Amino acid sequence: MYDRPPEGPPHTPAKRGGQDGKAGKPGWADGLRKLYDGVVAEPLPDSFEDLLKRLDQAGND
Amino acid sequence: MTEAKAEPKPDISGDEFRQGLVALLPHLRAFARGLCGQPERADDLVQEAVLRAWTSRASFVPGTNLKAWVFTITRNNFLNELRKYKRETQLEDGVAETRLVARADQEDSLHLTDLQKALDRLPEERREALLLVGASGFSYEEAAQVCGVALGTMKSRVARGRAQLGELLHQAETHEDA
Repeated sequence: MYDRPPEGPPHTPAKRGGQDGKAGKPGWADGLRKLYDGVVAEPLPDSFEDLLKRLDQAGND
Repeated sequence: MTEAKAEPKPDISGDEFRQGLVALLPHLRAFARGLCGQPERADDLVQEAVLRAWTSRASFVPGTNLKAWVFTITRNNFLNELRKYKRETQLEDGVAETRLVARADQEDSLHLTDLQKALDRLPEERREALLLVGASGFSYEEAAQVCGVALGTMKSRVARGRAQLGELLHQAETHEDA
């Protein structure tokens, strides 16, 4: 199993259904992590500005 | 002999709590997008969950896992909304580009789109299990806590999710090659 799969190289294409032949780990395991990390790396959209302001104001109260 | 007193809970200031929430925002967005499949809706879910976490911060036990606590709120928020509105577009073709697939080179993106489609076809409980353990970095124990299930149940969901995802991807690959 892969509790915390290691991150692959940033531009290694995700392999599909089969095994990657290295550690018996399916290629999609890295792909799943890559999908997730792609969103994590996105800048926060403008729609979050209001939320951050509200938290800031609450923190100053 | 004095009676044993409960250890005082280490305190967490509002500012620390707020900073913790803000630091988790990118991860909450990724988790929510994986859950519901729609970026804007996922962001709405995250914002609602973070505000709920803020207003409920008195119930957070300092020293425990803030990430798991906020993920639990986000997940419950999603499930509550799901019960209300259903997941109307979950398997529609042509919406994969709106999901987790983000910046990537073209070849990579094609493969990741296949993966996203397969992930979307998993039952809810298996998808969230794979997202938590396979992507968000939670241990089985933490993921079980987030979902409110026993450790064995979480392990089973991850194992079944992995098997089903592999099968779906294999089918997609076979279909492409035919």
